[in-house]
Amino acid sequence: MEVEKTLSKLHTFERKVLPNIKDGISLFELAEKSMLKEIEATRAIQWLYNKKAVEIKEEVKELISLDENGLLYAKKGLPERRFLQAAINNSKISDIKKAAELGDDEINICIGALKKKAAINIDKKDELIITLTENGKKLLNKEFLEETFLKKKFPLETKSLSPEEKFSFDNLISRKKILKKDVKKIKNICLTAFGRDLSKKSNTKKEYIDRLTPKMLKDGSWKNKEFRAYDVTINVPKINRGKRHFVSQSIESAKRIWLDMGFKEMTGDMIQTSFWNFDALFTAQDHPVRDLQDTFYIQKPKKGTLPEKDVVDKVKRTHEYGWTTNSKGWKYNWNEEESKKIVLRTHTTCLSAQTLFNLKKEDVPGKFFALGKCFRNETLDWSHLFEFNQTEGIVVDENANFRHLLGYLKAFFKKMGYEKARFRPAYFPYTEFSIEIDVLHPVHNTWFELGGAGIFRPEVVKPILGIDIPVLAWGPGFDRMILEFYKINDIRELYKNDLKQLREIKDWTR
Amino acid sequence: MPTVNLNKKVLESLIGKKLSLEDLKHKISMLGTDLDKIEGEEIIVEVFPNRPDMLSEQGFARALSSFIGVKTGLKKYKINKPMKDYEVKIKKDVEKVRPYTVCAIVKKMKFDDDKIKEIIQIQEKLHVSMGRNRKKLAIGIYPLEKIKLPITYTAKKPSQIKFKPLESEREMTAFQILSQHPAGRNYGFLLEGKELFPIFIDANKEILSMPPIINSHNTGKISEKTKEIFIECSGFDLLSLNQCLNIIVTTLIDMGGEAYQMQLLYEKYGKKKLVSPNLEPEKWNLNIDYVNNMLGLKLSKKEIKELLEKMGYGYENDKVLVPAYRTDILHQIDLAEDIAIAYGYENFEPKIPNVSTIGQEDKLEILKSRVANILANLGLIETISYHLTSKEEHNEKMMCEEEVVEIEKSKSSEYTMLRSWITPSLMQVLSKNTNREYPQNIFEIGNTFKINKSRETSVEENQHLAIAICGPDADFTKAKQVFDSLMNALDLKYESKEIEHNSFIPGRVANIIINKKDVGLIGEVHPQVITNFKIEMPIATVELNLTRIKEEMKK
Repeated sequence: MEVEKTLSKLHTFERKVLPNIKDGISLFELAEKSMLKEIEATRAIQWLYNKKAVEIKEEVKELISLDENGLLYAKKGLPERRFLQAAINNSKISDIKKAAELGDDEINICIGALKKKAAINIDKKDELIITLTENGKKLLNKEFLEETFLKKKFPLETKSLSPEEKFSFDNLISRKKILKKDVKKIKNICLTAFGRDLSKKSNTKKEYIDRLTPKMLKDGSWKNKEFRAYDVTINVPKINRGKRHFVSQSIESAKRIWLDMGFKEMTGDMIQTSFWNFDALFTAQDHPVRDLQDTFYIQKPKKGTLPEKDVVDKVKRTHEYGWTTNSKGWKYNWNEEESKKIVLRTHTTCLSAQTLFNLKKEDVPGKFFALGKCFRNETLDWSHLFEFNQTEGIVVDENANFRHLLGYLKAFFKKMGYEKARFRPAYFPYTEFSIEIDVLHPVHNTWFELGGAGIFRPEVVKPILGIDIPVLAWGPGFDRMILEFYKINDIRELYKNDLKQLREIKDWTR
Repeated sequence: MPTVNLNKKVLESLIGKKLSLEDLKHKISMLGTDLDKIEGEEIIVEVFPNRPDMLSEQGFARALSSFIGVKTGLKKYKINKPMKDYEVKIKKDVEKVRPYTVCAIVKKMKFDDDKIKEIIQIQEKLHVSMGRNRKKLAIGIYPLEKIKLPITYTAKKPSQIKFKPLESEREMTAFQILSQHPAGRNYGFLLEGKELFPIFIDANKEILSMPPIINSHNTGKISEKTKEIFIECSGFDLLSLNQCLNIIVTTLIDMGGEAYQMQLLYEKYGKKKLVSPNLEPEKWNLNIDYVNNMLGLKLSKKEIKELLEKMGYGYENDKVLVPAYRTDILHQIDLAEDIAIAYGYENFEPKIPNVSTIGQEDKLEILKSRVANILANLGLIETISYHLTSKEEHNEKMMCEEEVVEIEKSKSSEYTMLRSWITPSLMQVLSKNTNREYPQNIFEIGNTFKINKSRETSVEENQHLAIAICGPDADFTKAKQVFDSLMNALDLKYESKEIEHNSFIPGRVANIIINKKDVGLIGEVHPQVITNFKIEMPIATVELNLTRIKEEMKK
C-alpha cells in the first residue's frame, strides 16, 4: 500500500534513476546511466532520500587529474623524452633546446630529471655539452614510468596507486601544472529495503501524467490517465521579488507618522551655505563644530551667496551683540565671507531655519518635519557613518512649551516601537532648552541615545522669523533607530548594498 | 567633548555627602553632563562646551553639591584689592599679535604633586575648550617668589627673544623654540608670520613666558614649594579672558587660596586703569511669567528661587545673581533652562497640545515614492549608495570626464567628491555583487550635484533615478521596456534620440525627451566600462532627472 502510494508520487527524475541504483553507485555514474544532468540526479536522490527509499553515504576522495601541462604532455610527450631524442644528434644545449622545442623553464627540469635517471653527462664549456650515457641510450627505447602514468585514465584516486605509480606521481606533482589534486566528496547511494520494493514496481510501464499541457487540454488526452501525485510538503526554489530598500521602507513609515500627526514636509538642498547651516542657527564662527575636522567643506566651488541683506544683517548683529533679542550675543566680529563657505549640511536643522525664514504669519501655528541625509567628516566604523539620516521637526506655536516638546517626541518614538523614552539635559548652540533623548531598547532593556532636541534660542528665531515665539525643534539620528528592528549591530550594514541581504531581509512592519 | 576626571572619594568629600553609584550616575546625567565611564574610584564625565566651569574637580563638585541640595545658593568668593606693585603694564606693541591680558595673584596655596597635576589639567582643558586650542586664549601660571613685580606685557622681534623654555636644558631663541621645543612645534603656527612676538617680563627684565607657546623654566614653573602664584590669561577679547580667569581663580580659592586683584595699565587706554579679576555676581532680570510659559508649569516666585539656588544662583529683590564663573548666560532663557534642570527633566509631564494643523508631504517626494514603488512592482530591487564617491569610480571607470563638486580634506580617500549622476553608483553595487544570483535588476533614487554659479550655493542639486538591468539577457530593449512601463504608469509621453556617450556602446544609447526637454538617457553599457568594474555580465541602464520631470508634469 505504502509502496503504491509512493509510486504514484514519483517524479520523472526519480523514475529514471531508480532502476539504475546499484549498491554504492556514485552520483556521477548514476546521472550518466539515467541520462540526467547531475543536478537533476541530485534532486531525484534527495527526494528519494526524503521518502526513505535510499541511503546516502558520503565518502571523501582525493582525486588526481591532469592539469594544463599534463594534458599537453600526454599528447606531445614529456619534455625530457623530447630532450633525450634530440640529444642523439646534438650535443650543445642550445641546439637540443631548439630541436626539442623546449622552453627556458623546461630545459632545467629536463636536465634535472634525466640526471636523476643517470641518462646524461654534462660538460661545462662555453655552454653546456650533453652526451648520452649507456643508460640513456637504453632509455631511448623504453617508456619512462612517468609516461606510463600519464597514459592512465584520469581522474585517479590517490589511495589506489601502485608503488610505481606513486613514484611517478611524486615526481610529477612537484612539477609545474602537470597534475592536480582535488578533494571531492563522493556520494554513494544504496537502496533501502523499501527502495528495492519501489524499484521493482516502478518497472511496470504504467504511464502517469507529469505536467498538464495546453495540448492535452485541447485534445483531451488527459482523460482516463493518472496524474503523478506531488509531494505537496516539498520546499520550492525561491523567487526574487522586487523590493524597496529596507531603510526606505522605514523612512516612509516614519514620514507617515509625522504626516499623521499633522506635520508638513520640508525638503531642501544637501549643500548649504554656512549661513544657513551655522550662522542662522547662532553657531559662533569659531565654534569647533565648524572645523574642517568635523564638517565637509566644498573645495570646488568654494562659496555661495547670502540671502537678502536684511536678514544677514540681523544675524550678524545677533551674533555680535544680541541685536534686539535681549541676548548678549557671542561678542566677536562676525565675518560675512566665512558664512558664504558652502558645506554638506551637517544637520537637517538648516531646513528648519529656511522654513522659519519663509514662514508667513498665517502659517502660525505650524508643524514641519524633514527626514533626510546629513554629513559629517568621519571615518566609517561600526557606529559611525559619514552620511546618515536625521528626522527633523519644528513646531512654531506661540503657546508651545517644554512639555509639548516632550509630548511630540514621546508620541513619535512610541509609534517607532520604543515604548519608553527619557530626556536628559544637553547642550546645542541653537537650542535652549536642550535635551538628549534616550529610548529603552526593547530587547536588551538598556537606554540608548538617539539624539538631540530643544527649543530654538531667541537668537535663532527672531532674526529669521521676525518675531520671538517658541519654536520646538528636534533632530535625532534616524539610522540608529531602525537597527534594533532589523537586528543589525554594525551601522555600515545599512548601506552595504549586498543583494543577498536586500533580497532576504524582512520588510518594515512597524 | 571635553571630559573631567573625578575621584569618587575626593568628590564626596568636596560635596560633603556620600552617594550610591546608581544615584551618582543618575544625578550626573540629570545635571546636564554626560557620564562617560566609571572605573573603580575614577569617574569620567563629559562636560558640555557651555560649562567650562565644571572642568575641574572643584567646579564639578560645586555644581553637583548644590544640585543635590547640600550647599545651595550663591557661593561667595572673597577677592582682595591689589597690593603695592600688583600691576601689569600692557604695551601698545602687543596690539597686532595678541592684544589683551587679564591677571591675578593667589596666595596661601598648598601644592603637592596631585594639586600641581590638577592645575595643569584644568589649564589644558580650558586651553582646548574655551581657548580653542590656545588660539582664542591661553593661560600662564607662575611662582610669584621667582618674579619681581610689576610685570610688563609687550611684544618684541623674535630675534631679540631668548630664554630657557620649560623643561629645557638651555636658552633658546624664539625661532628655536618654535622649531625645536615640543610646545613650539604644536602651537608655533599661532605666531607664524607675526612681526613681533608677545612676552611677559618682570621688573628685572627677566622673560616669564612667550604666550601662547611656553613659560620660562626659571620663572614659570610651579613646584611643591610654591605658595604664591601669578596668573595671566592672554588673548583677543576681554570678556572671555575675564571669564576664564574667574573660572581658574574661583577654583584656586576652592583649593584654599587667597586671591588678589591686579591693576591692568593698558598703554592704549591712557590713564584709565582696569582691574582683574572681578568676582562680583552679575545681576539679571527674570520674568517669572516667561519662565512658566516656556516650561509649561505654574511655579511661584519662591519655588523659582529655590530652583535657582539649586543651580548655584542667588535670587534677591527679583534679580538673579549669576556667579562670576558662569560664562554661558546670554539670555534669560538660559536661566529658564537651569530652572528646568533643577526641577528635573524626569518630573515634566509630556503633553500634546490641541493644535490643529494639516499634514502635507512634499510633491517631489510623492513622485519619488511612486516611481520607486512602480519599479519594485516590476521586480527591481532598490539600493541606497553614498552621495560621496571618488573620481576613479565616477569618471575614470565610466570613461567620461564630468566636472564635479569636490570635497575639501575628506578623511577618506574613497570619498572625495559628490556624484553628478547615479549610474556609477549602480555600477559599484553590481561590482560588489558578482558572486550573487543573476539577473540583478536594481534602481536607486537620490541627489546629484553639479556646479551652477547661478544658484545660492553655487551647486545645482537634482533628484535622479537610475536603473540597471544586469544579467545574461540584459540589453537596450530590456532597459527600455522597464522605462517604457514606468512612463506608462506616470502617464508621460516621451521621445528618444540616438546620442554619443563614452560610457555606452556606440549606436546603443539614446536620450529621453519629454516636452522637448532632455530628461535622461538609456543605453547599453560599454564592455570596457563593465570590465573596469570587474563585472562579467551585460548591463543596460536608464538615468532620469526626476526634478525636471516633476517640473514638466506641472505644465
